[in-house]
Amino acid sequence: MTCVLEISGLTKGFMMHHLGSFLQAFEDISFSVEAGEFLLLKGANGAGKSTLLRALYRSYLVQSGKIRFHSEHGVIDLAVAADVDIAHLRRTEIGFVTQFLVARPRVSAEAVVAEPLRLSGVEGVAALKQARYWLEAFGVKPELWKAYPTTFSGGEQQKVNLARALIRPQKLLLLDEPTASLDANARAALLSRLADLKSGGTAMIGVFHHPGDVEKLIDRVINLTPSVTTAEEREDVAV
Amino acid sequence: MSMVIDAPRIVTTKPLLVVRGVSKTYGKVVALHDVAVTAYPGEVLGIVGESGSGKSTLLRMMNLEETPEFGSYTLDLPDLRGNLFNLDRFARRMLCATRIGIVYQNPHLGLLMTHSSSGNVAERLLIAGERSFATLRAKATDALDASEFPLDRLDAPPIELSGGMQQRVQLAKAIALEPALLLLDEPTTGLDVSVQALVLDTLKRLQQGRQITMVVVSHDLGVIRTLADRVMVMRSGRVVEEGLVDQIFQDPQHAYTQQLVHAKL
Amino acid sequence: MSLKSLTKPWQSMSYGFLDPSAKRELRRKMLKSVAVPGCQMPYASREVPMARGWGTGALQVSLTLLNPQMCVKVIDQGADDSVNAASIRRFLARVSGAPTTLDTLEAHLIQSRHRIPEEFLREDQILVLQVPNPEPLRSVQPNMSIARQMHADADYGRMWLQLYEQIVRSGRIMQGASYPSMVNGRHVMTPSPIPRWDVPKLNMSKHLTILSAGREKRIFAVPPYTRVEPLVFDDVPYQVEDHGALTCKRSGAKGFFMNEIPQDDGTSAFEVSDSEYGVKSIRQRDGEAVNLGGTWYKHGEMPK
Repeated sequence: MTCVLEISGLTKGFMMHHLGSFLQAFEDISFSVEAGEFLLLKGANGAGKSTLLRALYRSYLVQSGKIRFHSEHGVIDLAVAADVDIAHLRRTEIGFVTQFLVARPRVSAEAVVAEPLRLSGVEGVAALKQARYWLEAFGVKPELWKAYPTTFSGGEQQKVNLARALIRPQKLLLLDEPTASLDANARAALLSRLADLKSGGTAMIGVFHHPGDVEKLIDRVINLTPSVTTAEEREDVAV
Repeated sequence: MSMVIDAPRIVTTKPLLVVRGVSKTYGKVVALHDVAVTAYPGEVLGIVGESGSGKSTLLRMMNLEETPEFGSYTLDLPDLRGNLFNLDRFARRMLCATRIGIVYQNPHLGLLMTHSSSGNVAERLLIAGERSFATLRAKATDALDASEFPLDRLDAPPIELSGGMQQRVQLAKAIALEPALLLLDEPTTGLDVSVQALVLDTLKRLQQGRQITMVVVSHDLGVIRTLADRVMVMRSGRVVEEGLVDQIFQDPQHAYTQQLVHAKL
Repeated sequence: MSLKSLTKPWQSMSYGFLDPSAKRELRRKMLKSVAVPGCQMPYASREVPMARGWGTGALQVSLTLLNPQMCVKVIDQGADDSVNAASIRRFLARVSGAPTTLDTLEAHLIQSRHRIPEEFLREDQILVLQVPNPEPLRSVQPNMSIARQMHADADYGRMWLQLYEQIVRSGRIMQGASYPSMVNGRHVMTPSPIPRWDVPKLNMSKHLTILSAGREKRIFAVPPYTRVEPLVFDDVPYQVEDHGALTCKRSGAKGFFMNEIPQDDGTSAFEVSDSEYGVKSIRQRDGEAVNLGGTWYKHGEMPK
């Protein structure tokens, strides 16, 4: 197995200047992820699961520690990599999946889904063809493909968002509760897509309210509850 | 308290725009102090800050309308070397006309209000030396069309147009010559919210379609969030923080940025 | 040796009306304007016994250049016999002793308002044009300081924009007289309010043209054999007034710039605008031996 991500001594807190206080989110976290491995982040509310995901995506800046990502261009520390490098990796190698769609007015569902492909250099018509395939897979009705997702219901928006986030195989995928409030068919489609990506070598780190949704995929669990940072075996997970 | 960010390692292309060590004072007022800006090809850089933070002065410098007391400005373009602040008036004018587009908050600054809209766009092409009426007409029409300007109003003077339409004429003028750099100074401030959304959408489409490098100055965080890849936060002529747009909005480090972000609904 | 032998006797007025220092300045400024064709040179513009705006600029040039060996012709909109032309001609003759003529071919110096004669001018002739507004950029840039910078930078996009706007609004270029023209490929000048008909006559002409605006205190020149190109779009050709097919009612001369004379029945009659050319045509028709010179326009067309 090839290593995708090595995290060591990661510490994150929030300085709240207006309160003059400092809130520790997590401290001295270390683990690594292999290609094709699915890691579940576990911990009590407030243990910093989502915070960790965002720190890995560099939406949050960490105080100390290393996030060594084995990119196509060599090993790079995401904690301190240049903004343009991060932006490049986000376009090409690192994906982040949430349940919320950031829709733009006057952009059709299929165009929203095709966008990541287009940004990574896929030609327009081919990108659109793939976009339609994944919209169908996630159960978005064809009559909605050309409509603007800003007007969609929450559930439909979420499907469009998943299709968009998962359309392109990435080296590393960060999942922030993508299954919440998803209907059964879409959840099945999501699981099968995740399984495909996983067998294709995508490393995944996820936070799930109901880990049962993805039970079959989980290889390893990281417990973030403070001072109990332990890596457990797959069989030990109580789900 | 946070760690020092590395120099780029993966992205090896040279930045299109590099501003270094720019300082400017008006009497005792410090407009800019040791400001540095970098923008990579195809990138959208946002500059936020309150009135008087120096962001508009900085933008005017990038359009070579003002010269700082110290500092350098380079654009990585063929046949263009050295500090652009040292260019003579003639070279500045040609550079601004052919390689840099600008959209001002106040359309009166960027447009001839009583000339036709197409003529406003054609002026750019005329400065660049185009002398065929048919070509001028066709290119002006194309640029206005790309800015989603209604073509049945092609020859209406901007003074008769709504604010949103005036901004589209400015935008068409700015992109008519396919500039390497597009500067936007509060492009949607003062427009109705719905019109604002449409103009922002047009900008986003143009940027994605043509991969233009853009610098957007705004005090409106919504505008910056919609358009920018990277953000610089300015206060009292200094850059207090810079980072990826989601990082600045979700995890602002500086007290001033936190105040700014938290003030946003 | 006495002081008297070294000085000239007292005179009530300098030769040629202007004092020597005024003439000296004008000569220097004329040389400069010939050196940089089409570029406006400022000059002091002295008082002459005529109101500003009536040709004082051209008058000062004529006064500076004239000597008793030169023959002078003065025309106003083509006519030698208008009050203004006659007054100026008489004044010039009186203060310089120069002989006067009405015939373009005989004149060495022609002061003109708003026209260029139809007959070719030669290398030994000087045309002095009266200019009311010397700044072609005035309509697009009211700030004269910026206009001067624009000339320096050859920043003439706005001039073409003006033409663009005229085509967009009216379907054609509306600029009639004072058609802006590029001199020697560098400076845009106004050729004074001559009709479009006359502008091509300045291009690569054999004579020297000096344009002088007394009120605005600017002088500029088109030296012999200098390109003068009206500003046009590549695909919208320059057009002169369509007088090519008109015939002069009095002289029968055909294919020249005409004055339109409204008739009582609502129609128009036409008379050749270059009055002396008309007179010579009549005399030729009546069998007199007159010297009719070659003309720029042939059968109403300017040969390429």
